[in-house]
Amino acid sequence: MSENQAILKLDQLNKHFPVRGGLLKRVQNHVYAVNDVSIEVDEGDSVGIVGESGCGKSTLGRTILRLEEPTSGEIWFKGENITDLSERKLKKFKHDMQMIFQDPFASLDPRQRIGDTIEEPFVIYTNLSARERKEKAIKLLREVGLDETHYYKYPHQFSGGQRQRIGIARAIALNPEMIVCDEAVSALDVSVQAQVIKLLKELQDEYDLTYLFISHDLGVVRHFCNKVLVMYLGNMVEWAPVDELFDNPIHPYTEALLSAIPRPVPGNKREKIQLRGDLPSPSDPPTGCPFHTRCPIATEVCRQVKPEWREVTPNHFVACHERG
Amino acid sequence: MTTQTVSAKSIKNVEKESVFKDTFKRILKNKLAVVGLVIISIQVLLAIFAPLLTSYAPDTQNLSARELPIGSEGHWLGTDNHGRDMWSRIVYGARISILVGIGSVGLGLLGGVVLGLLSGYYRKLDGIIMRLMDLLFAFPGILLAMLIIAILGTSLVNVVIAISIWSIPNCARIVRGSVLSTKKEEYILAQRSLGSSDRRIMFKHILPNITAPIIVFATMRMATAILSTSALSYLGLGAQPPTPEWGAMIAAGQDYMWTSPHMTIVPGIAIMLVVFAFNVVGDGLRDALDPNMDLN
Repeated sequence: MSENQAILKLDQLNKHFPVRGGLLKRVQNHVYAVNDVSIEVDEGDSVGIVGESGCGKSTLGRTILRLEEPTSGEIWFKGENITDLSERKLKKFKHDMQMIFQDPFASLDPRQRIGDTIEEPFVIYTNLSARERKEKAIKLLREVGLDETHYYKYPHQFSGGQRQRIGIARAIALNPEMIVCDEAVSALDVSVQAQVIKLLKELQDEYDLTYLFISHDLGVVRHFCNKVLVMYLGNMVEWAPVDELFDNPIHPYTEALLSAIPRPVPGNKREKIQLRGDLPSPSDPPTGCPFHTRCPIATEVCRQVKPEWREVTPNHFVACHERG
Repeated sequence: MTTQTVSAKSIKNVEKESVFKDTFKRILKNKLAVVGLVIISIQVLLAIFAPLLTSYAPDTQNLSARELPIGSEGHWLGTDNHGRDMWSRIVYGARISILVGIGSVGLGLLGGVVLGLLSGYYRKLDGIIMRLMDLLFAFPGILLAMLIIAILGTSLVNVVIAISIWSIPNCARIVRGSVLSTKKEEYILAQRSLGSSDRRIMFKHILPNITAPIIVFATMRMATAILSTSALSYLGLGAQPPTPEWGAMIAAGQDYMWTSPHMTIVPGIAIMLVVFAFNVVGDGLRDALDPNMDLN
């Protein structure tokens, strides 16, 4: 595994959903879900993508996997531009990038046995015989800490944590290089969260996986990831190695997010930064800096001009006029 | 390893049973549906064992024993104006009615499910397919069937074709609606992220998840199909006279309403019971397959 080789590169990626309305169903407006996102993810990274609900982090994950068609910009995966690849050519890459979903109750086909669910990738991509598939599926079940007797069961017979393990088994079946975890542990109990995260880490060591870890739980992100991208209203706000970001947050939005993490140490009170107002609508984003409507230090410039994306210290990027 | 596979197999069987059992148990709680199930079972048994249950062929005429009333010796349901045994004709009629029902509903499902899947899954095809279906909807069903028979000619097979074409738009709409809601489920998205082909997603993942509405539709549609076949045969557009079709029997019997009312009443009751049975079983299935339904 060579360090510092970008496995995924996003260049000015945009995803805007058209809003249709009126008599003729004409496009009246757009929801600007992802705006000009450009990052590079190295092999073996665990990138946390954080932000509040509706900030476009899930859409970003789905767009990277081409489950949504990007509006503009480019997606480079393993040195190839996959933005405009046809469905057939894309299949080769989908083999190497998989996804783990948020809701373990919704992401498994209720009418399919667990065995069949896990074998699905082999059916799609390989010519293995039924017996070989079964052997592999059982091996995967064991690997994610499930029992081989679970092979014939249906999803409704499992707990949330077990189901998420099934989802993970399905995702690692083809030995992918990158996995997008869309809120993969958010729906689980805390104790189960810890187990699943431990499993994800073990698998990362074993398979040299790269994770895109979409989450709103900063505690989990700090523990699990080595780089963090903070998003707000579909825009990149701050992008830094995890310790750098948690220790020296630059953007006021990042500060506010971090201050919302509960502190386990009594007496260690840090002032909580309370953001005023609601998240503006992504279909009618504010001019200038998207955060200026809620920013405690916003000035006239912020209201007019969109801040540039700058590297403040090495590997620490931020979009803010006032700080850094 | 062998013990493992054995235990795995027994798990499999238990599973399959419990899905089936669940529905069946819930159906048994519905008294009316049980009555319907019994009637349908009787019809199916009559249809299968018709030659064993009758002592006359349905079209054997006996001109010395014409228009015998119900309860006559050797002909407990009497005979018709040609001296044919009514019981034989009813039993063989059950065979025709069930075959016509299954045939036309089966064909209708085949067309409706495929069109519904395509139109629900591909937004581009949706407009074209659904407008076509609207076109078929614009005709009253029986008129559409008559039109098709007028083009194809009168025969029982053409009745089956006509009724199946009439069933297609209904089925397509139901399937399309279910596809539209199912394809938004996360497990379908998961399949797409795995790289499944559209065909695989449609038939392997969406179709198994929308079987409940399709089964209910098919059961209800059996009633309509059987009733329509009889109606068309009564009008002379379906089964032709010697065929022991219930609707055709009513048509033949109506000239003898005053002298031999059993010639019309017996096949009439047969049609009524069977249509009633399929309707209540359809209702029962709908409730049994969807536990959220029985809130009222």
